[in-house]
Amino acid sequence: MKIREKMLPTKRNAWLAFTALALLLLVLPFATDALLGRGWVRIVDFALLYIMLALGLNIVVGYAGLLDLGYVAFFAVGAYTYALLASPQFGLHLPFWIILPIGALLACLFGVLLGAPTLKLRGDYLAIVTLGFGEIIRIFLNNLNAPVNITNGPQGISQIDPMRLGGFSLNSSQELFGLAVPAVHLHYYLFLALTLLVIFVSLRLQDSRIGRAWMAIREDEVAAASMGINTRNIKLLAFAMGATFGGVAGGLFAGFQGFVSPESFSLMESIMILCMVVLGGMGNIGGVVLGGVLLVLLPEALRNGAEPVQQALFGRTLIDPESLRMLLFGLALILVMLWRPAGLWPSTRRQRELEAHDGEAQQEQDTVYDASK
Amino acid sequence: MTQASDILLQLDGVSKRFGGLAALSDVSLHVRRGEIYGLIGPNGAGKTTLFNILTGLYQLDAGHFTFAGRQFVRCKPHQLAHAGIARTFQNIRLFPNMTILENVMVGRHVRTCSGIWAALTRHAAARSEERDIVQRAHELLRQVGIQRHSNTLACNLSYGEQRRLEIARALATEPTLLALDEPAAGMHATETESLKALLQDIRASGITVLLIEHDVKLIMGLCDRVAVLDYGRKIAEGVPDAVRNDPVVISAYIGGGAA
Repeated sequence: MKIREKMLPTKRNAWLAFTALALLLLVLPFATDALLGRGWVRIVDFALLYIMLALGLNIVVGYAGLLDLGYVAFFAVGAYTYALLASPQFGLHLPFWIILPIGALLACLFGVLLGAPTLKLRGDYLAIVTLGFGEIIRIFLNNLNAPVNITNGPQGISQIDPMRLGGFSLNSSQELFGLAVPAVHLHYYLFLALTLLVIFVSLRLQDSRIGRAWMAIREDEVAAASMGINTRNIKLLAFAMGATFGGVAGGLFAGFQGFVSPESFSLMESIMILCMVVLGGMGNIGGVVLGGVLLVLLPEALRNGAEPVQQALFGRTLIDPESLRMLLFGLALILVMLWRPAGLWPSTRRQRELEAHDGEAQQEQDTVYDASK
Repeated sequence: MTQASDILLQLDGVSKRFGGLAALSDVSLHVRRGEIYGLIGPNGAGKTTLFNILTGLYQLDAGHFTFAGRQFVRCKPHQLAHAGIARTFQNIRLFPNMTILENVMVGRHVRTCSGIWAALTRHAAARSEERDIVQRAHELLRQVGIQRHSNTLACNLSYGEQRRLEIARALATEPTLLALDEPAAGMHATETESLKALLQDIRASGITVLLIEHDVKLIMGLCDRVAVLDYGRKIAEGVPDAVRNDPVVISAYIGGGAA
């Protein structure tokens, strides 16, 4: 009874926090729109896409400890799958709820294909090879316009169909419950739903037999193999799961932008996503989400804020906001690595309740082999 | 019971070379079910190499070994773990940033089967498997005597406790043969004494133990039979007392002149 009385308030608090968060996420696009303008809702949409990507990479880098510098390739696979199956490029116009799973599956397949040759590599070597794979995909997309035009080369694919469900298009303002909901808001809700799904999947995997096997490989691959973990399959599974998330995000990106071109999938993107994971806190879902939000929002805030501030302070623009952005970004990286090397919100080992079947006294009794007794 | 089924592990002419160095040459020995078999020898004699071959980390160059009636050729570590060989490492190899409980839970991996789908849906069977894993892990921690720390990270344990955790993790794979690589290294006398009790307890539960150890007292008091390796060759085998007084063994340890 005592425990129950103590438990109740914390449980109620948890529910209150949960409800507050849900409400906040629900009104976020409208609030952002009213306070900061529509451009910021679009930025929030992108933040959600990057959170999905960062969570996908978190499985590979954070859980399984495989340093992947070519992760954006799977984002590209998802995006181009959408672009090719829903644009005038091939005259195909499949609905997005068919294309997204296809894109996810294709990205998953690419994850396995690119993962397989790297199975014996670790650390720096793995990073270099995955970096190469990421570039190969981008260069393919850049050059697959001759002799047969598949990707339309550097011009990219435009006029991509918007995402629509039956007659309900996400690309135009819709009347919902007597409320005019603009297109960016609609995308927000779709992205939010999928981000929550990705978080759910990450949470479930983290606390499972598979998740433990990933972490064991991260900690010590030789010991993991000796404990009976099939390291080849489990590593491929990590690549496949991470790539799947990337593929979903890619499909959403293509549908949202209406345009894809190879330059969206440069090495810089891979590094940005990796930074989100590392800065936020490798292996911790909350940290990775935080990293994604910060690394999308802060540069944008800087882009919008740097010029007026400089004007007010010095009367002219001393440093171009674009270079200031990279400057501060580098500085932030160094500071975080100095003071919070495990990330802003590092993963804490969850406290598992001791199984209830015996009390303290019994435990003391059982400690027959304990040398300190 | 016949003689053949009595033998759990049989090595025939096992050899392993690293370039010009013969780490093991033509080693043959057998381990009977339920015994504690000691493997001793000076540093560099090939003891750990033998362990690495048995657990699939190295592939042997010549000869073969049979375990539980099955011959293993070019097998992966996880296949040998599945077959029932579990090991600990000379230089402790835990999963340092996982909790103690999780370390042992990883050991259950090979005897459980939940995949992605089970992880996502957490259906009844998956939940009950997960419960069993946690419960078994707690039992094993209690057996080796470190259950009070189950939520601390493995890297925060003391040296002796880390060795115990390695044993618990190995036991979690339900081995028939437990191969321990210098479990008493760096332990003081009291710790070694309690380790001895633990190993006897493990043997009593029906697990065969293969033991590499430098602590002569521990070997003599614990092992049923002992083999001595020197420069990759088996130079003696038998009950501990006979081996201890074997002039060949004495000369291997002390130097050529003593024989």
